[in-house]
Amino acid sequence: MGQQNISDNAKLDRSLNAGGYSTLAQKGLAGEYELSVLVSGVHCAGCIQKIESRLAKDKAITKARLNFSTGRLVMGWEGDKERADEFVALVENLGYGVKPYDPRTEADETQRQEKFLLLCLGVAGFAMGNIMLISVGLWSAEGEAMGMATRELFHWISALIAIPAVLFSGRPFFRSALKALRGGHTNMDVPISLALVLATSMSVWEIFKHGEHVYFDSAVMLMFFLLIGRYLDFRARKNARSSATDLLSTLSGFANVLGSDGKIQRMAIRDLREDMIVQIAAGEKLPVDGIVERGQSTLDTSLVTGETMPREINAGAQVYAGTLNLSTPITVRVEKAAEDSLLADVVRLMEQAGQGQAAYVQIADRAAKLYTPVVHSLAAITFLGWILLGGIAWQDALLIAVTVLIITCPCALGLAVPVTQVLATGRLFKKGILVKSGDALERLAKINMAIFDKTGTLTLGKPVLQGDYDQGALQMAASLASQSAHPLSKAIVNAYEGALLNIENIEEISGQGLQGQCEGQVVKLGSRNWCGIDGESQSNDLELWYRKDADAPICFTLKDILRQDAKAVLEKFNQDNVGTILLSGDRAAVAKDIAAASGIETYYAEKKPTEKFDILEDYKAKGHSVLMVGDGLNDAPVLAAADVSIAPGTAIDMAQNAADIVFMGEKLAPVYEAYEIAKLSQKLVRQNFALAIVYNICVIPMAVAGMVTPMIAALAMSGSSLVVIANSFRIKWRA
Amino acid sequence: MNILLFLIPIALILGLIGLGAFFWALKSGQYEDLDGAAQRILMEEEDDRNPN
Repeated sequence: MGQQNISDNAKLDRSLNAGGYSTLAQKGLAGEYELSVLVSGVHCAGCIQKIESRLAKDKAITKARLNFSTGRLVMGWEGDKERADEFVALVENLGYGVKPYDPRTEADETQRQEKFLLLCLGVAGFAMGNIMLISVGLWSAEGEAMGMATRELFHWISALIAIPAVLFSGRPFFRSALKALRGGHTNMDVPISLALVLATSMSVWEIFKHGEHVYFDSAVMLMFFLLIGRYLDFRARKNARSSATDLLSTLSGFANVLGSDGKIQRMAIRDLREDMIVQIAAGEKLPVDGIVERGQSTLDTSLVTGETMPREINAGAQVYAGTLNLSTPITVRVEKAAEDSLLADVVRLMEQAGQGQAAYVQIADRAAKLYTPVVHSLAAITFLGWILLGGIAWQDALLIAVTVLIITCPCALGLAVPVTQVLATGRLFKKGILVKSGDALERLAKINMAIFDKTGTLTLGKPVLQGDYDQGALQMAASLASQSAHPLSKAIVNAYEGALLNIENIEEISGQGLQGQCEGQVVKLGSRNWCGIDGESQSNDLELWYRKDADAPICFTLKDILRQDAKAVLEKFNQDNVGTILLSGDRAAVAKDIAAASGIETYYAEKKPTEKFDILEDYKAKGHSVLMVGDGLNDAPVLAAADVSIAPGTAIDMAQNAADIVFMGEKLAPVYEAYEIAKLSQKLVRQNFALAIVYNICVIPMAVAGMVTPMIAALAMSGSSLVVIANSFRIKWRA
Repeated sequence: MNILLFLIPIALILGLIGLGAFFWALKSGQYEDLDGAAQRILMEEEDDRNPN
């Protein structure tokens, strides 16, 4: 019997460690196995090296490459397929989180598109450089200085480079324009495509006519500049898209399921069904909603409910997906499968929110809507005007109309937004603020209401010891607490600076506290009743009691304190006429305290995720543009639904994914800094548009009058683009 | 002006070599992880698997 137990335990251990990753490994061409996983927590070169070299130490590994931008780790190995779990464990043991990754996700599609844009950009750059080389010769030899034959040769070489280049690199514009036209509307790409095609074909016509001017250089330069803008824009949006893919993988982990035969089986979370029994180890997140079958433990529910205080649970307690098991292993009977759980509700709410946000029209698109009809009718009027009033041949009139299209083409407009965006996000990045979605700054600049979560957002999200205590008692308490992972214990350890004592026979009694022996005396650290005090606490603060033998117990008071600069930041928002609101899942008394301490007048407490969502929708319906700042799972739907959202770097992955902006550090100031820079960048974008319009007003009369030669077109176009870029750079120099 | 017959093809060929190098770099995945590439220059190469 005893023998039987041991072997069962060994089996249990093995299956607990097995990750189920081997099922995801795929056979490569050379007969080796390959596995892609998402690694979280990678933030520097050291991390890349640690992971890759640890894997490379194994002789079987043929490939280990970590993509820093996407967090994707690809590993390949020879031999046994089952070793996948072993390799994943190696990475996990280094302290990084590993999630299974489905290679068929749209991330690949994004990467393909980025490659395509780069390819087009490279070809356009090559073509522009070489055509310019030739064009400079043409421009500098005005009139009769250059022989007819040489000039025609130059024209032909230009055509030879330009035509394939336009056909190749113009595709992003042609495709988008065709799509828009088929749908019965126009976009910015329609005038661009038209200008490219007309400029190229008119120039070919001119060559056959032995004409003096060809516009290949203008067409290719236009294409090159616009592709730069397009590529920068794509990169800015890419992050937003990849985080949406990550969100789905939250539900794609594994769980240990206890079968009816007593065996433990590793199962994908999405395959969990009602009434299955799941084992949750200490330190593991609950994958499903359910009822505790066996064991008692402490749960960190802060991510779901926003409560600071860990919850004690016994058999029969209701538990929710996304909470963290802190102390001892428990088994949970699944009540709702993963896709019906509270976590899944949150995901659904977020998808709903994401669809709502798609309605937002970016400033550049709005500009395009105004711009296209104006430019096209202008070109048409020029064409008809020259034929009817100027009395010239239709071919010449068309040439003039095409130069109008070329010279008004939105080079500067195409660069105005992306360049500012890239510079603004770069500046914020240096301050530890990560802007994830392309148009986040544009939306942030327009807010008139800011909603803050309490725990982990306005506050630091971890309890801090308050007041002065006897150093001897604190030293003893800290020595005892150093053996526990409980948040209150950690707070005591952090508050004490100095050497810890050696305490023997330490045991953690779940739901009660810690007990140990030092110099023959019993020391206890834990709940009020456990240390021998009767009755309930009247205070709103958290308490931890300490008792040495029969001495009078000492009460340590702990509090989740405000971020140091929270009040000042909120005041700044108020000065800018942005209303501030506190929206918390915690108890009303605590929320009231924090609201008072931070100077917020309106506060909501004890709100569930769905209620938070409704409150936000209410404000939006009243016409407010809302910024949401939050960090928990309970905030995730609100973060996704808000007009724009910010999360601290300590937030859970899901909240960080849902947020548009993530900031690092213990201060709240980055939230206001991001707002300030967003306003500044929007100001610059508007200036850029103004510059582009002024440029058009100056050159359009010349183009309509038929006075624009290829040289003037090239100078005007590159000049306006440079002015816009230079203006955008001012964001770097402003304090 | 005959010199043009040499200079223009030379300029074009040099440009094409550059373009070819760009194609190769793009195809071999060197543009897939720009942030990572910036970090990797800080790594020491003591763990190189194939020193020879």
